[in-house]
Amino acid sequence: MRKAKHPPVFWLFLAPVLFAFVVVIVVPFLLGVFYSFTNWSATARLGETLSFIGLENYGKILKDPSFLYSFMLTVVYTVLNMAAINVVSFGLAMLVTQAIKGRNVYRAGFFVPNLIGGLILGYVWQFIFNNAVPSLGTLLGLPAWADPANLVLAKNASALLALVVVSTWQYAGYIMVIYVAAIENIPQELIEAAQIDGASPWRRLFAITLPMTGQAFTITMFLTLVNSFKQFDVNVSLTAGGPSVMFMDQPIFGTQLLAMNIYNQGFKSNDMAGGQARAVVFFLVLALVSVVQVSINKKKEIEL
Amino acid sequence: MKTRRSGLVALEVLAVLLFLAFLFPFFIVLVNSAKTPFEITQSPLSFPARWRNVLDNMVSIWTSPNIQYSSSFVSSVVITAASLLLLNLLASQAAWALVRTKTRLSTGIFITFVAAMVIPFQIVMFPLLTWFRELAQITGVRLLRSYTGIILAYIGFGMSQSIFMFHGFIKSIPLELEEAATIDGCTRPQTFYKIIFPILKPIHATVLVLNGIWIWNDFLLPLLILGKGNRVMTIPLAVSNFAGAYVKQWDLILTAILMAMVPIVVCFLVAQKAIIKGMVAGSIK
Repeated sequence: MRKAKHPPVFWLFLAPVLFAFVVVIVVPFLLGVFYSFTNWSATARLGETLSFIGLENYGKILKDPSFLYSFMLTVVYTVLNMAAINVVSFGLAMLVTQAIKGRNVYRAGFFVPNLIGGLILGYVWQFIFNNAVPSLGTLLGLPAWADPANLVLAKNASALLALVVVSTWQYAGYIMVIYVAAIENIPQELIEAAQIDGASPWRRLFAITLPMTGQAFTITMFLTLVNSFKQFDVNVSLTAGGPSVMFMDQPIFGTQLLAMNIYNQGFKSNDMAGGQARAVVFFLVLALVSVVQVSINKKKEIEL
Repeated sequence: MKTRRSGLVALEVLAVLLFLAFLFPFFIVLVNSAKTPFEITQSPLSFPARWRNVLDNMVSIWTSPNIQYSSSFVSSVVITAASLLLLNLLASQAAWALVRTKTRLSTGIFITFVAAMVIPFQIVMFPLLTWFRELAQITGVRLLRSYTGIILAYIGFGMSQSIFMFHGFIKSIPLELEEAATIDGCTRPQTFYKIIFPILKPIHATVLVLNGIWIWNDFLLPLLILGKGNRVMTIPLAVSNFAGAYVKQWDLILTAILMAMVPIVVCFLVAQKAIIKGMVAGSIK
């Protein structure tokens, strides 16, 4: 008897996930790409007044100040965030791999913020920036801190930095753990040999630790890139997109990152097709940038 | 050796300071959860006059009909537990089927699953809603504002990575083990559930941790599928609903936040090693 190429158990075991995959990802993805070329809205649905309008949605978003601003803002935020998170978490990883007492306690402490969702953390920090910081200013005799006009979240530039601070605080412990794993994998003999040769700690960092953790950098850069680019939760709860700013002669949200811009375009402005076109651009840019990042990092790994 | 010792002491001091700085926001949440609104505006940095207030605040959050905290807590537990159970079961059996059936089709399916990991949620979120609505009309199964819909969505969005992790591990399990089971009279499904499923324990733990932290804290997907203020809410939805509606009631907002943090921090303290190990394993895939 010839055995079936795909036994019944193959299909039986795969059926549930295939079903979920098709219903939740494949169909919406294809519909989404299709809708971005149409006048799709709450009233224009499939089979009703939906019509194909080619690249019109894409043409519109390229002229839309709120999208262009959010796009640039997201690039700036992503660069700042990647730098901040990686520098802080590598520093923390170096610290907690030294022979200090209680290093497991420190590791756990730095990791804890990562367990809580960005939405909730954003509210906590909103309270810190709006209430605790002014109060601290009064205590320290710095009345400028207590002035409502000087609140961190009241100005665009400082509100963007606040977003970076909060996500660095949230994410650094997680990235640190990845660096710790990489640093602990460095053969001890290598470090001892360098010590005997009289290499300074700085020299050891640049000649041994950094090159030997190259692979971890590929991962951490990728994770921080993708997560910064997709930031939504902290954005919603910490700044809600505000304060507003004038851009191309229009008042727009000053700290609205791309994910929030897409969401608002679809649900607040009721422009589903426009939101969908933004999402397609978002996807293509994210895919392209992460492919470039991973290949650059991979090349560096080999060179080192 | 003396400079080395003093260098270590300096590092220890630095570590303590950083540790305190990292935990400072939690301190703020804790002390202010035990304050009255007046105390908070007066001194957000000081210790509360009466620690017992935290219990009073908790009771008022838990019982307030506006916040629906207790029902949201139950919903969050149900959604997270059901999604995790199904994800672990379905992803592991699918991964096993894919590993043990070596055909072009099975490789193709696996590669498609893995490739789907790069799809950001933003590109599927609008069509997902309309498509769920239409699907519900056709089948009569309620998908929006329901447990069925959100659990199905979590299985869809979580399975790629979960299958990927199980796949990697199952490849390393020797085939002889399964052959022996077949000789002993096990059917194929029996072989999986009785022999393979228990061996996967470490990967089950990793997958549980990764998906658990994600699902418990997730905001955007529940916001879309369940919506704010409807019959089913999760804790992040309830907190954002409440924090948006009563902007200045920081005493209660921070208490609600404290109550949202406690379960997950307790889990972390109990299973710290497994959680950190799981998160690292999940990233280095």
